[in-house]
Amino acid sequence: MPKRTDIKKILIIGSGPIVIGQACEFDYSGTQACKALREDGFEVILINSNPATIMTDPQTADRTYIEPITVEFLEKIIQIEKPDAVLPTLGGQTALNTAVKAHEAGIFEKYGVKMIGVNVDSIKKAEDRQLFKKAMQKIGLDMPRSGLAHTIEEAREVLKEIKLPVVVRPSFTLGGTGGGICETMQEFERIAAYGLQLSMTSQILIEESIVGWKEFELEVMRDRKDNVVIICSIENFDPMGVHTGDSITVAPAQTLTDVEYQKMRDASIACIREIGVETGGSNIQFALNPDDGRMIVIEMNPRVSRSSALASKATGFPIAKIAAKLAVGYTLDEIPNDITRMTPASFEPTIDYCVVKIPRFAFEKFPGADATLGTQMKSVGEVMAIGRTFKEAFQKGLRGLEIKAAGFESKKATGDLLKNLKTPNAERFAYLKRALEEGMSLEKIHEITNIDPWFLENLAEIVEFEKELRSATKLGGLSPVFLRRAKEMGFSDIQLGEIFSASETEIREIRKEEGIIPAYKLVDTCAAEFEAFTPYYYSTYEEEDEVKTTSKKKIMILGGGPNRIGQGIEFDYCCCHAAFALKDAGFETIMVNCNPETVSTDYDTSDRLYFEPVTFEDVMNIIDKEKPQGVIVQFGGQTPLNLALALKKAGVPVIGTSPEAIDRAEDRKKFSQLIQKLGLRQPANGNAVTFEEARREASRIGYPVLVRPSYVLGGRAMEIIYDETVLENYMNRMTDVTVDRPILVDQFLEDAKEVDVDMIADGETFVVGGVMEHIEQAGIHSGDSACSLPPYSLSTAVIDEIRRQTAALARELRVIGLMNVQFAVKNNEVYVLEVNPRASRTIPFVSKAIGVPLAKLASQVMAGKKLKELGFTSEIVPDFFSVKEVVLPFVRFRGADILLGPEMKSTGEVMGIDADFSLAFAKAQIAASSSLPLEGTVFVSVKDRDKVAIVPIARLLHEMGFSLASTSGTAKVLGENGIPTEILKKVAEGSPNAMDLVRQGKLALAINTPAGEKPRQDEIRIRTLAVTHGVPCVTTIEGAKASVNGIRSMKEKTMKVNALQDYHKQLKTKKPVYV
Amino acid sequence: MERSKIKKIAVLTLEDGQVFRGSSFGAEGEAYGEVVFNTSMMGYQEILTDPSYKGQMVCMTYPLIGNYGVNKEDMESTRPFLEGFIVKEVSRIYSNWRATEDLGSYLKRNNIVGIEGIDTRRLTKHIREHGAKKGVISTTDFDGKNLVRKAKASAGLEGRDLIKEVTCKKAYDWNATGKYRVAAIDSGIKHNILRNLEARGCQVRVFPATAQAKEISEFKPHGLFLSNGPGDPAALSYIVNTVKELIGTKLPVFGICLGHQILGQVFGGKTFKLKFGHHGGNQPVQDLETGAVLITAQNHGFAVDVDSIPDKNVVLTHVNLNDRTCEGMEHKTLPVFSVQYHPEAAPGPHDAACHFDKFIGMMKKNA
Ligand SMILES: Nc1ncnc2c1ncn2[C@@H]1O[C@H](COP(=O)(O)OP(=O)(O)O)[C@@H](O)[C@H]1O
Ligand SMILES: Nc1ncnc2c1ncn2[C@@H]1O[C@H](COP(=O)(O)OP(=O)(O)O)[C@@H](O)[C@H]1O
Ligand SMILES: [Mg+2]
Ligand SMILES: [Mg+2]
Repeated sequence: MPKRTDIKKILIIGSGPIVIGQACEFDYSGTQACKALREDGFEVILINSNPATIMTDPQTADRTYIEPITVEFLEKIIQIEKPDAVLPTLGGQTALNTAVKAHEAGIFEKYGVKMIGVNVDSIKKAEDRQLFKKAMQKIGLDMPRSGLAHTIEEAREVLKEIKLPVVVRPSFTLGGTGGGICETMQEFERIAAYGLQLSMTSQILIEESIVGWKEFELEVMRDRKDNVVIICSIENFDPMGVHTGDSITVAPAQTLTDVEYQKMRDASIACIREIGVETGGSNIQFALNPDDGRMIVIEMNPRVSRSSALASKATGFPIAKIAAKLAVGYTLDEIPNDITRMTPASFEPTIDYCVVKIPRFAFEKFPGADATLGTQMKSVGEVMAIGRTFKEAFQKGLRGLEIKAAGFESKKATGDLLKNLKTPNAERFAYLKRALEEGMSLEKIHEITNIDPWFLENLAEIVEFEKELRSATKLGGLSPVFLRRAKEMGFSDIQLGEIFSASETEIREIRKEEGIIPAYKLVDTCAAEFEAFTPYYYSTYEEEDEVKTTSKKKIMILGGGPNRIGQGIEFDYCCCHAAFALKDAGFETIMVNCNPETVSTDYDTSDRLYFEPVTFEDVMNIIDKEKPQGVIVQFGGQTPLNLALALKKAGVPVIGTSPEAIDRAEDRKKFSQLIQKLGLRQPANGNAVTFEEARREASRIGYPVLVRPSYVLGGRAMEIIYDETVLENYMNRMTDVTVDRPILVDQFLEDAKEVDVDMIADGETFVVGGVMEHIEQAGIHSGDSACSLPPYSLSTAVIDEIRRQTAALARELRVIGLMNVQFAVKNNEVYVLEVNPRASRTIPFVSKAIGVPLAKLASQVMAGKKLKELGFTSEIVPDFFSVKEVVLPFVRFRGADILLGPEMKSTGEVMGIDADFSLAFAKAQIAASSSLPLEGTVFVSVKDRDKVAIVPIARLLHEMGFSLASTSGTAKVLGENGIPTEILKKVAEGSPNAMDLVRQGKLALAINTPAGEKPRQDEIRIRTLAVTHGVPCVTTIEGAKASVNGIRSMKEKTMKVNALQDYHKQLKTKKPVYV
Repeated sequence: MERSKIKKIAVLTLEDGQVFRGSSFGAEGEAYGEVVFNTSMMGYQEILTDPSYKGQMVCMTYPLIGNYGVNKEDMESTRPFLEGFIVKEVSRIYSNWRATEDLGSYLKRNNIVGIEGIDTRRLTKHIREHGAKKGVISTTDFDGKNLVRKAKASAGLEGRDLIKEVTCKKAYDWNATGKYRVAAIDSGIKHNILRNLEARGCQVRVFPATAQAKEISEFKPHGLFLSNGPGDPAALSYIVNTVKELIGTKLPVFGICLGHQILGQVFGGKTFKLKFGHHGGNQPVQDLETGAVLITAQNHGFAVDVDSIPDKNVVLTHVNLNDRTCEGMEHKTLPVFSVQYHPEAAPGPHDAACHFDKFIGMMKKNA
């Protein structure tokens, strides 16, 4: 059955901004799908609000709409493009839910658009917990006892039947949002109410708890001839009760006999058929009682998922690409397996290595948040590691995680052992190690943690061997046999160095002398049964190395490792662009990365992919093997950048801006000298190691001061401090402080505007990529602020000055490639806050706004091309506005202080484009799911400094028909200005207060700006509640202004949609280049 | 769960001089056989006890083996039949509620020599590129030249009848009652075939491979089943002749694996040796009638050359999508069909279980 001929134009729905539970894996799947469909001659229309994606590159789809993913915008696009079909299975839960809503609104029917890949009935059957349960009962599959509730009263009724402990699982949500394990009545009331509120259909399932059972996942594909294959089985190291997204997972399943596995396989096949997913991939989750093997179905996701991305990377089988082909009518046997070329895709991959995925958490960013792991996903990224044994892969994964662990270590296990073993948390491997080191028996650990004994045994073997190693030193030697065994078990050179009191490089030297170097093996989908043509490698310590190196000119690109807050998809985007551009320029490209969610780790992206941790050891091993002519460290964020100096020292040809220049920008002292030399201005600053020094510096500089550790990304541990007591407290909390790594103390510029600039330079030509004016004032991390390109309020004089300074900095630093500068503008004075001589988070956004692929150009510049040759010599200032807005993960971190500050907390971003600034802003808000209201009550409570500025904002709201409610101080100011408001009490004073409004569902918008140095307790509570109830919450006066103008524009004008390709056609170069 | 102490050395040597040094597990001593690889990620217990591996040493391509131990239920025969077992890493413990013993002890108890800790991927690629090779695993002799000589001198598979070593000594009843009497010729039959027949209401009597047609006829079977088995199918003219005698009677006949190869010869065709065979649980087979693809379990080193069958009533029904070899055939006028793969799975997917139903259907028609 070849491809369908009744379809020519296909609309693909993307997944929008990166949020916890839905990350760049959907860029990977969406990009694959776009490529696959266009290859087959289909015209592809794309909607996705996330600019940091490869899929929204203007070349990826035929027509790209960077617009909010809502039914309203979908309809506008359908009106213009008139697609024949819509494919909603590649954009995660967002795409699926939007498609269901659009279907229910009759939009697809109205415009004659067919849904392909899945139908609405199937989505409902899979996502609606009750329908799913019925379907599973029909095919004889076991489910936990459960009952369904739509109200809290119903929930209580159900509980009478099921009895505590129970698990609450909302329908149609993502990553377990709003669910949880309830052991007490109190927990039940809280979690049930929350779940009801977050479910798209106000539906929760209350289910018998089977915490502690084994958890498995199967990735299934089906074609329209009803052929079904299983791509991968995944076993969770963490038992039931920890969300799979937060669990360490292993592929393939390790502890199932064939009998049990086949039972699960049969169940999966029955499930996909019963649910009726016509074509494509699905993910089915199972629980297994370890005592008797009773198997239970937990859920099915009728779409490609995070796990399918993992399964693709784990096996080499490109699920999303094949899913796209199946959706347009091909059958599995008609599609060749890319990797073997000779065999078809209608088979089940078999692997000859062990894959371990380890999640990466960011609890340190959310003090106060519940840091334990449960059924609600909290991790922000993950690494995948491949090894020939579990032990090897596990240790590789841990060192790739970049959590300052060089492998399986117990350093971080400083708390109570039993408590931390019992309650799963982000540091659990450290506690497991400590338990083993302290001699706790496997039986006991299993009893406490429910982790399968097989996994524990493997961990125990690592610990045991480490002990042997340690005693070997005493005996006075490290024999080559021992060293080899250590490497086979995944010990890193750093770990060994620690054991043998040697440096990483010393171990490395000894190792190389003994010829103990890794062999690289192929990921080939077939365990070597057939010859493989796809150069996708992992390292291990075995005999045969399969890499066939060439003598072509090679450039190696270092990726960014696991996603985390502050280092996400934007950097992967840049790495991919480097690979694409350099490949086109005739180089052989080599990618090194360990993040399974990304496009960079697609075997199609570069000429050779090494799926390896981005550490000095692992990178050097590959460099020894490949001997590349150049290595790019500028694109993967802080991870590769931190390796730059060490690589350079080891004689590696790091290309682009020199590591010394990078150091000059990162090192405060050198940076200050640089600023002075150029005659620029920077906030007054100093360093401190002790509190005494900090106190002295602060009083010299004057409060408020901004304090932070040196060498951090995303503003980690950065705080604005208004007085000495708080400063003392801060200094006491900071542990890692040394003379080499002091605390930086800066003058904090209050009420300043912040501006981001990206520049590309080749040593001769310096071109501004874009000048972005932030919506929020300085003090809110650039990664957390909304911004506009071009600036919406800065004067031309200031912008020109910023351009001049940027070019001066780039020239002085001899930037070859990209550079990002952050400025603050206060009273028309320009201050340099920070210079990053590397790709920045904003590169994809800017590239899309100006229609120039900056990262591609930069990679070519690094490889020796000149901007003149590349034809990019002058800044492009668009005459439309592009607004970036961010998405924050506070819903996941209940209890955390949701105030924004200089420490970055957002997980993702969206882009709104329009000729009108306030419409572009409004679009960005809608896309970020904090859609501005058109009516209702607005809570306004501002600090004294904002009391003047709030008046016109409140007036406009009043004139537009909103009712206002304020706390007494703000109400007084508004009253004096003739604006009527309802006076609310402060939360601490009792009811009625703003929280009551939120609870009653009456609040449409909260404008609540922080009062001074410390957020007051009730402000945190209001914001927390507002955020969890989906009420947009503005915390700065600038944000308030932009929001209110946005509301006005939404009321007065209709929003139009426009393809990115059309915006780019309008562009012309307008401004001179500052050289 | 006893932990192994210091590991003893074991060496695998192939007839072409390739050497793989590892450590010993299971029994110690020396074992010879044709080295093949199996790509199933689970199911080592079924593989160990599959009599078709007689004469062979199996290398598991999945590196972590023994994780779930060995249990009482997942036996495909009474004991392991393969000559040697080759893995990357044997689990020191087992974890499964059904397990009763760890893999190493089980092999030791059954006197099967194992080797672990070798680069099994290198071995697999070597076999893929150079074909299945005779080899020797030794825990006693580490002299390279000696070992190559031993490997060369070992019997190998071609032209070799191994059935006599795996077939039952005399006929026995697998179960006592059932709607259809099935006579199964045991060339090394896997128990899951018998379980499948039993589950579908068959009363199965298992006959030794040397049984005469007359003896089988006396059982008055509704159907004849030809089992899987080890070695070279071309060396089994006595079974071929028995089947020839029985087939004329319009008796429904179903053959699996070796049974399929025997039928190929019954109809005058030839078999040939594959370079390294199909051993695994992920082989795509297309049903030529419906176009459907089945993911099948396979374990064979020889294949039927359908074109060599002079009887034009024999049609190709299934083909392997990886290498287009014959996977199934059927007689147009007689109720006779066979498949090269294993519908009984064990280990492997159940996609092809429908063939048992087809066999039942034929007997029903005939009954
Ligand atoms: N009945 C249950 N008892 C214990 N844990 C459960 C139960 N149901 C689900 N879980 C846990 O909750 C996690 C999330 O549930 P799931 O329905 O898969 O949510 P999501 O749709 O977010 O993936 C699962 O991965 C599992 O660990
Ligand atoms: N001196 C200052 N005055 C006011 N705000 C500042 C100052 N320095 C930094 N900031 C704010 O803190 C944020 C983070 O600081 P930055 O130096 O850019 O750290 P990072 O390296 O994490 O990007 C900036 O985006 C800015 O909003
Ligand atoms: Mg799930
Ligand atoms: Mg910054």
